[in-house]
Amino acid sequence: MVSRRSAGIPSSPNSPAPEQPFLSISVTDPVKLGNNVQAYISYRVSTKTNMQEYRGLEKIVIRRYSDFVWLHERLTERYKGIIIPPLPEKSAVEKFRFSAEFIEVRRRALDVFLNRIAAHPILRQSDDLKSFLQADEDSWVVEKSRTAEGVFKKKPSDFMQIFKDVQSKVTDVVLGKEKPLEETSEEYEKVKHYVTELEDHLGEAQKQSYRLVKRHSELGQALAEFGKSVKSLGGCETGLLGKAFGELGNRAELLSYKLQKQAQDLLMNFEEPLKEYVRTVQSIKAVLSDRAQAFRQQRELFEASKLKEINLEKLRVVRPDKVGEAEIDYRETKLQSDEANKRYEEIVKVMQQEMVRFQEEKTRDLGAVFHEFARGQAQLANDTAEAWKVLASQLDAWSHQSAGKAVESSA
Amino acid sequence: MEEKGMEECMEGMESISLDKAPLAYFSSSDYRSAMAASGAMSPSADQEDDEDGFLGAQSGPEPDPRVSDSSKEVPISRNGGNSSQEFLTMAVTQPQKIQESTGSSLVPNIYVTYLVVSHTNIPEYGGTEFSVRRRFRDFVTLADRLALAYRGYFIPPRPDKSIVESQVMQKQEFIEQRRVALEKYLSRLAAHPVLRKSEELRLFLQTNGKLPLQPSIDMASRMLDGAAKLPKQLFGDSSTVLAPQEASQPAKGGRDLIRIFKELRQSVTNDWGASKPPVVEEDKEFLEKKEKLQDLELELTEASQQAEALIKAQQEVGDVVGDLGLALIRIGKYESQEATGNAQKVHATDVKRLATAAVKVSRFYKEFNAESCKHLDHLHDYLGLMQSVHTAFSDRSSALLTLQTLMTDLSAMHARIEKLNASSSKTFGGDRSSNRKVEELNDSIKTAEKSRDKAQEEYERIKERNRSEIENYECDRQRDFFSMLKGFVQTQVTYNERIASVWSKAFEEAGSASV
Repeated sequence: MVSRRSAGIPSSPNSPAPEQPFLSISVTDPVKLGNNVQAYISYRVSTKTNMQEYRGLEKIVIRRYSDFVWLHERLTERYKGIIIPPLPEKSAVEKFRFSAEFIEVRRRALDVFLNRIAAHPILRQSDDLKSFLQADEDSWVVEKSRTAEGVFKKKPSDFMQIFKDVQSKVTDVVLGKEKPLEETSEEYEKVKHYVTELEDHLGEAQKQSYRLVKRHSELGQALAEFGKSVKSLGGCETGLLGKAFGELGNRAELLSYKLQKQAQDLLMNFEEPLKEYVRTVQSIKAVLSDRAQAFRQQRELFEASKLKEINLEKLRVVRPDKVGEAEIDYRETKLQSDEANKRYEEIVKVMQQEMVRFQEEKTRDLGAVFHEFARGQAQLANDTAEAWKVLASQLDAWSHQSAGKAVESSA
Repeated sequence: MEEKGMEECMEGMESISLDKAPLAYFSSSDYRSAMAASGAMSPSADQEDDEDGFLGAQSGPEPDPRVSDSSKEVPISRNGGNSSQEFLTMAVTQPQKIQESTGSSLVPNIYVTYLVVSHTNIPEYGGTEFSVRRRFRDFVTLADRLALAYRGYFIPPRPDKSIVESQVMQKQEFIEQRRVALEKYLSRLAAHPVLRKSEELRLFLQTNGKLPLQPSIDMASRMLDGAAKLPKQLFGDSSTVLAPQEASQPAKGGRDLIRIFKELRQSVTNDWGASKPPVVEEDKEFLEKKEKLQDLELELTEASQQAEALIKAQQEVGDVVGDLGLALIRIGKYESQEATGNAQKVHATDVKRLATAAVKVSRFYKEFNAESCKHLDHLHDYLGLMQSVHTAFSDRSSALLTLQTLMTDLSAMHARIEKLNASSSKTFGGDRSSNRKVEELNDSIKTAEKSRDKAQEEYERIKERNRSEIENYECDRQRDFFSMLKGFVQTQVTYNERIASVWSKAFEEAGSASV
């Protein structure tokens, strides 16, 4: 998976590239710091690289969740059109904020987050990434406060709102209210449709994976309880039957432990990756929303500049004395319009590349996830069958013996 | 599906086919009875090799156990002797709603009758096939008569009466549940070597038309009866003495008021009195076994609950795998549509393959659970049987109590005679009224002694039945529980192997095709 691959620039495995640039990051050692209400978890972020831009080969810094949030927002700001890897969720429930499972899940997700950035040809160049990975305590504090205004910018939910606004404008048109300021190109429609469908499917798969984890864990519990009760029952029985019950109970308890482990595995290697992809789809929606915004801006400025051009021509005829001012005004607006257009086209181009990249990555990642899932399930079932098999032959022997005894005693 | 090696042919014991649990006693869960219904004991006429597992060598008719002055009963052994292969199978089918309007009431009385079809080769039945219509009330009567006549045996408990409104009673689901339960009940009766030959059961299965068994007298008429007898009893009539034929019957509430009072007093004396009662439960072995059975009941209750929870949890895993499969199908379809490059096409195929595997696995889980259920049902059944055990043991205690009371009565009467003799010897020439009293007392004593003997007989008889039932119960339980354990474990092996191979196949095929 991504967290274990070091981010290298893909090239043919046979070419003996002398110094393959790589950037490998790991997030480890969560530690609880602070006290009571202000307690938080800090993580060790270790970077290994040979890239010129980075000072030195290795660096270790301490970061907390809000630092990662800062990085995410900086990247979102700076790189329009690029699908920024998602962060793990803020925790909703106070109670679980410090549970071992929650911390481990978050740690992994943060590791994946950084490595995806490191694997991205454009994002890995980010200065903000450099600061994040390298800045020592003091300079880190300075860096964050410097960019503080950026932190309070729009949150992803606001992007969603814009996206929704765009959609509602479409309904307005249907109801005959106003002209939609939204793209209608086939390509755009296609992407939108794709994203909606994907969100649906991934969401469904993630939901099932969550239930799967839970049910495995519950089965483990039920098996343990059953084993216990069977052992007690065996206590009431004498001789071989008592032994048989005891063994069954032991076996059940052993398998219950295996099931709990499997539930853990499924959580980490099946549910979490799916969840990450669901979050990534949210990132894609953010990009779409940026694109829509850029489109609107470009449109508006274009309309404005066109208007000003018409006015200018009018003025040449009617009020030649006002032409100078108007011309300057017009040129400025035209410039803005051109720039907005450039920005828009850039986003479209980047987004298209990103979608291709995303598809490839998704195919690879999810392929591996599903593959591993099948393997894990097969392994579990095999182990279970093996464990019971041993007992089956024992039981056979014992029941024969027991029957033999019964015949003796009745003779 | 029959699994190799799942059933053991124990020497001297009959083999048990997977579909029948010979001592399949009543289990109270709907889920379980629904499961059992699907693999239920559906008897059919052509069951040459049908073995009930209790076929002792019963040659010749068994003496009627109720005849109180019969000699010792033939003890029933379950094992040994595989000569005659008797069978008795019943099916309860074709529920029909009967509407009868009684003259007095405005609301027509609606009830359900069931067709009870039996096949047998037991000679006492004098025939091979019978078919009668019975209603639930008739089953209650049958159960009550058996309880009365076969005290001391572990009599299978009948299905509960349901306190629901008539609306519900007529619903198809309820009727079906009841039908299944009644069928199970009859098959348990048939599995008991003594009960299957009882006249009560025979009459129930053979007699067309109205059931020729007297239902137990209802409380109200018993109380009237009792109220009528009470004045005579209170005024010290000789009929205070328990009649011998009643001594071998338990005291009936409402009717035998004086007797009940006396026995109650006796039991209080037993518990609180300074002196030991005239005869006590001496059988140490019995007491030990009783205690063990009580422990067993506790553990069985817990195990039965946990078994049910386990099956449910297993089912839930199967369900969610199925749901995952469905989600993956949709994803696979979608990926197929959107696939641009080869890698994506391959991926789409992989997803579809995985989806198919998941759906297949979830189907296996359904079968898996049905099989597991069948095996673990033994736990529920033996738990249900505990009720019968309690009843049989309390039959014993009440018979003992009757005996103790009678013996106390006797010694009281002897004591009175002593007193009367002592006081009349002081009177010269004897005291005529005193002499008359002594005479009366002597008569009473004779009756009481006969009653005591009857009560003693009954007590001994019940003791013996208890003993042989316990022995057979131990034997059956050993066999059934072993069978359960083996069956459960084997099912786990079989299905986990199947499931493993489905997942493995999906894994391997995907691996070979991946880019």
